[in-house]
Amino acid sequence: MNNRILNHLPYKSSFRFVDNITLLNEDEVRGEYTLKNDAFFYEDHFAGNPVTPGVIITEIMAQIGLVVLGIFLVLKESEFSHIGDDSLFPLLTSTDVSFYKMVLPGQKVTVVSKKQYFRFGKLKCYIELLDSSKELVAKGMFSGIIKKIDLKNE
Amino acid sequence: MTRIEILDELKKVFAPYTTNKEMLNSINDDTDLIRDLKINSANLVDIIIDAEAKYNIEIDYDSADKIINVGTCIDVIMEKLNQNK
Repeated sequence: MNNRILNHLPYKSSFRFVDNITLLNEDEVRGEYTLKNDAFFYEDHFAGNPVTPGVIITEIMAQIGLVVLGIFLVLKESEFSHIGDDSLFPLLTSTDVSFYKMVLPGQKVTVVSKKQYFRFGKLKCYIELLDSSKELVAKGMFSGIIKKIDLKNE
Repeated sequence: MTRIEILDELKKVFAPYTTNKEMLNSINDDTDLIRDLKINSANLVDIIIDAEAKYNIEIDYDSADKIINVGTCIDVIMEKLNQNK
């Protein structure tokens, strides 16, 4: 049921970092992602010693914690105004993340995000990423906006 | 509350969101928040929320839209403060 929201995500294949949404309401979201052993970034980061890059950890946190919740809130708001979601693009406006542990290929991570506010189209969340033994990998404050961009008419 | 008093207090509200400290000390009605103070447009939302808490007012979407420079920011705050009276 919660996973229906994933159809609205604009990311495809190698840059989609959400498998499963386990909790979704107006104030929080919780979701999971398993790092693929053959992901494009492991070959070079680092050669012979694959470690998930911090920017990818940040992206996983943003896609689940900010974009899924943001699209949920925008769709709820526009329930009666028939906005086509193919013109909605999420844009990250700021992050402040601290890292505590490495994530290796094949590991499953869980993202827990709590809304700080959603106003004037901007969503700000406090987001944590945990590994499969529920240990903290990263945490931080994320903000983003969802912009309506009609690429076809520009 | 006078415009000068609000302008002085706004310097503290803007401070966390601008790196242009020199410009911050010499702001006037015409200082553009995004162009002159280099405030990230998404941080305008944080400034609005901070201003709401400071003055115990509520800034709606239409009023927020008017906030472009320091002058229009003071206009909106004064308008909302007068509505509270």
